[in-house]
Amino acid sequence: MSVTTAPGAVRHAAPARTARRMRWWTPYAFLAPYLALFTVFMVVPIGFGFWTSLHEWDINLPAKPFVGLGNYADLFDPGSVDGSRFWMAMRATGIFTVASVPILIVLPLAVALLMNGRFKGRNVYRAVYFAPYVLGVAVVGLLWRYLLDGNIGLVNHYLGLEVQWTTDVPPAWIALVGVTVWWTLGLNSVIFLAGLQDIPRELHEAAMVDGAGPWRRFRAVTLPGLRPVMVFVVNATILASANMFGQSYLITAGAPADQTKTAIYLIAETGLRQFDMGTASAMSFILAAFLMVASALVFGAFRDRRKP
Amino acid sequence: MTRDLRGLRRALLHLVLAVIAALYLSPLLYMFVTSFKTREAAQSTTPRWIPDPVTTDAYREILSSPDSPVLTWFLNSLLAATGHAVLVLVTAAPAAYALARLRFRLRTPIFSMIVATLFVPPVVLLIPNFLIVNQLAWVDSLPAVIVPAAAGAFGVFFLRQFFLTLPGELEEAAELDGCNRWQIFVSVALPLSKPALATLFLLSFLANWNDFLWPLYVLLSPEALTLPAGLGNFQSANNIRYDLLMAGAVIASVPVLLLYAVAQRWVIEGISRSGLKG
Repeated sequence: MSVTTAPGAVRHAAPARTARRMRWWTPYAFLAPYLALFTVFMVVPIGFGFWTSLHEWDINLPAKPFVGLGNYADLFDPGSVDGSRFWMAMRATGIFTVASVPILIVLPLAVALLMNGRFKGRNVYRAVYFAPYVLGVAVVGLLWRYLLDGNIGLVNHYLGLEVQWTTDVPPAWIALVGVTVWWTLGLNSVIFLAGLQDIPRELHEAAMVDGAGPWRRFRAVTLPGLRPVMVFVVNATILASANMFGQSYLITAGAPADQTKTAIYLIAETGLRQFDMGTASAMSFILAAFLMVASALVFGAFRDRRKP
Repeated sequence: MTRDLRGLRRALLHLVLAVIAALYLSPLLYMFVTSFKTREAAQSTTPRWIPDPVTTDAYREILSSPDSPVLTWFLNSLLAATGHAVLVLVTAAPAAYALARLRFRLRTPIFSMIVATLFVPPVVLLIPNFLIVNQLAWVDSLPAVIVPAAAGAFGVFFLRQFFLTLPGELEEAAELDGCNRWQIFVSVALPLSKPALATLFLLSFLANWNDFLWPLYVLLSPEALTLPAGLGNFQSANNIRYDLLMAGAVIASVPVLLLYAVAQRWVIEGISRSGLKG
């Protein structure tokens, strides 16, 4: 690491006077415990993971032959066993992400708009909608596995249906998306709500004076005011959906025939159950590349066009 | 006229919000109700909202079965989540303080490097972190679920944002009194940051309490599991014993719901604000 940083780069912010009595190593002592963790479990694994992906790596075998990009080539060969499995899992991740993200943006935004005002019971509603997120995916998954049971579940009973939500597609996708919406609606709602409350009231009042109706005000004031929050929520939701694991593990167990087994599920099974860590690492880097492209697209799509 | 209209709109608003609230509360209520049913009643095709007879058999069975040491899982989860949250505070607070309030040569490069990891999808860490944890002989033990996740950048960011807003005058006064940086950090900055520290503790605790994939694969023996991993394994093995599963789910929910009832404001404010200032 370079020690000759331009001094101008660090001059702002901290009060100048306090720097005098400090020994040069004091800040590094403050940072040391965190940086130790950061190095061992964040920086090293990134490099080590890529290194692993270049090998035929089984934790139980002493020999870990270097295969170069062989694992990647294998995964990009749709005729190979690993390749066909992997792209089926990527397809599942893609279906789930595309199906869930729009709903996970629009519904929470609608709920946040409803709650954006002062009225009795507002904090109670907010606390109730947020509760499943606090319970975590294991409880939520177990509960909905029961409610969605094709034979004795409440969902079929009250809807008067006989749908096999946990073992048929497309019903399984509807179930997985629905449970995810139930689970995380409150999370996105409270973030939107905080964003809505940061929009100055005067902007709404000015638009009203100009004769703008509710829809015009939503388009011209609310949405632009929410832009930074929107970028964050869309990005975080895409990443969360693309990493969907617990719902699939607990509710469908990948059924039918691994069609709802997501990429991260396959990566965990391949690397941490079958101990084919080279292939699993290669899979994770391909998935990561897709995720980084998706993030870049989101940032591009929400770029502030008013700035030069 | 407009007053009637406003009243009508308010009533409609409450109606919509109450319907949504019912969609949230009724599944949770049914989970609770089912946990007090007999095995047969839990499997019945006609749902009953009041168990008849009321029984604690499911709790007794799940608590006494060697395959499902729920109380051990509970204790493991409690230890792991507390240990993790403490570790996050102890490491992130001084680091964030240095990045926010101290001037030093490598501040910008170090901060940039921490920022950069926010753009790395965590999935690439899964396999190598398992190998590292295995090298440390932590597989199947609590350090595996306590330590690695504390390397995440969130805590440092969160506290750095807070430390940046502290007024400098108090620190300067403490310095004139002859305090060194560590004393200023401990006796001035930390006491002023109690709300932020409490929020970060809660968020870290909850994140760890709810973590599912990692403990499911890094913990193996029944008595080493955390609650979510234990329930996940238990479900794969007993996927039609809904009475047991719901009893397990209730045991896993009650402590978090109690914590949530006490600290609901902090949790929600902390989460809703943490995303906005990154």
